[in-house]
Amino acid sequence: MSEPAEVVQIRPDAPDAIRVENVSKSFGVVRALEDVSLHVRPGEVLGLIGDNGAGKSTLVKILTGFHKPDSGSIFVFGDEVQLKSVTHARALGIDTVFQDLALVPGMSVYHNMFLNRELTRGIGPLRFLNNRVMKKRAREYLDDIGVRVPSMGAEVARMSGGQRQAIAIARSTHSDARIILLDEPLAAMGAREGALIIELIEELRRSSDVSMIVIAHNYVHVLEMCDRVNLLRNGRIVLDKRTDETSVDELTEIVAREYRQATTPGP
Amino acid sequence: MAQAATNAQAPIEQRAGLGRRVAAALVRRREASILVVLIGLVAYFSIRSEAFFGTDNAQVIAEFSAPIAIIAAGEVMLLICGEIDLSAGMVFAFSTWIFYFANTDWNLPIWLAVIVGLLSGAAVGLVNGLITVLLHVPSFITTLGMAYLLNGLTLNISGAFPVEPPGGHTFFRLFGASPYVTVYWALGVIVVMTVLLTRTRWGLHTVATGGNLLGASESGVNVRSVKVGNFVICSTLAALAGILESVRIDTIQALQGGFPLMFYAVAAAVIGGTSLFGGSGTIIGAALGVLVLAVLNLGFTIQGISAYWFDFILGVAIIVSMALNVSLERIRQSGRLGGTA
Repeated sequence: MSEPAEVVQIRPDAPDAIRVENVSKSFGVVRALEDVSLHVRPGEVLGLIGDNGAGKSTLVKILTGFHKPDSGSIFVFGDEVQLKSVTHARALGIDTVFQDLALVPGMSVYHNMFLNRELTRGIGPLRFLNNRVMKKRAREYLDDIGVRVPSMGAEVARMSGGQRQAIAIARSTHSDARIILLDEPLAAMGAREGALIIELIEELRRSSDVSMIVIAHNYVHVLEMCDRVNLLRNGRIVLDKRTDETSVDELTEIVAREYRQATTPGP
Repeated sequence: MAQAATNAQAPIEQRAGLGRRVAAALVRRREASILVVLIGLVAYFSIRSEAFFGTDNAQVIAEFSAPIAIIAAGEVMLLICGEIDLSAGMVFAFSTWIFYFANTDWNLPIWLAVIVGLLSGAAVGLVNGLITVLLHVPSFITTLGMAYLLNGLTLNISGAFPVEPPGGHTFFRLFGASPYVTVYWALGVIVVMTVLLTRTRWGLHTVATGGNLLGASESGVNVRSVKVGNFVICSTLAALAGILESVRIDTIQALQGGFPLMFYAVAAAVIGGTSLFGGSGTIIGAALGVLVLAVLNLGFTIQGISAYWFDFILGVAIIVSMALNVSLERIRQSGRLGGTA
């Protein structure tokens, strides 16, 4: 069963899907995030770019409840929240597709799709997996969003990198997540596989009101996938622009300028 | 649509040669290959010696296998979630003594004494699990220490003298003393544990924990609970096996079980296709592995071959099956055989 995509008109006065205000985080003497503020509108896809060590992963881990911020606040659909754990974040509708994908290679596609949200039937403590229904729903859902895999029962270990990434993303969106964090969805992927994922993200952008934060390195991909882009450098947000108001050249130029400033000695 | 795809593939599979399909089945279902080995061994020993195929021998093999299979079922759960319990053989002895004392010294009714014995096993598993998970001590070390600790404790509380198990006629009949009754218990354990592993969330989370620890925890699976729970299951099953076996042989000894029994169980699990790397394995495979060990053991005894060769063959079997497992896994993942699973 695939829930019919709710057609929700997002009112301009609706609260942000996620809003981060003045969040800082240090690990010992390392300042990973410094006074970071950002927001994502409902249904919006925000690209997050920045060098290695700029704080992207820390930010994602704070938004998923893995790390607690030292200071600052986080709002989810207008309500301030203290994210305690991955499970808590998920209960609030925030789901993450981690770089390592969180898929279990030896398990079937549909068991992976339903991992930790398994459908069961039975009474009381005697509850058994309802494999038939899980398989059917996984197949229907993947068909809906155009993800092609050889078979629902096949082990994920036998899928290509692109298929795995697609399954991981599909799992998130299928889990009723309202905000999805994608940590480098195109890393270690060939051009054709990458195109598959970009297509999937565009399909989700069209057909659902799910909000996404996408961490990526490739500016071309970011402009293609995202509505807006934020640049993170040394733990700070130094740029916030709509993708239709900027270009690869401009982004490259800004990053280069930032980089020059960082390497120029003295103020 | 998916239906159509399946139908379209069917003729291709049928056209494939019989040999190739058998090979594919063996690769796909790891239990199948061990079953072939088992049938081969039974055939071999039956041809070599007419004495082998007697009903008495069937009972000997089955009853030799029962306690190992019960423990192996627990070890499979632990191995799948990426841990191991080296203390299971010591729990086998320890919990049986607790059962004995619960009835004779603490004057508990016999059935309550059994439950106390099982709980003592569960408690050992809980300690094993908590030390492993909370203090990040590898379970190999945790349970190795626990094995020696328990052995010392058992020798002390027992005074190292064997005793007869307590209990009345009905208890004896149901709990090990009538023919095949331990085998029925073992079959029950195999069925229940297979259902637990393959048909419940617990089983799926056990596979997920061993298959991708970080991934499973990121998905919200409580991997610590899964591990601790499986330690408890394994130790409780070891306690059950100990009590059943003591009643069957009508003796409780401090040195029963021990490392040999535990290693038989682990060896059976590995021979039966359970990966020591975690993430895959079956209870039925382990049970078949136990039968292979039992058939080898009896076959050698009947032929008058020295018990030393049994250990030799066991060693070869463990290495060969593990090597086979690793390479089968590689073939499976490359998708060269096996078609659509």
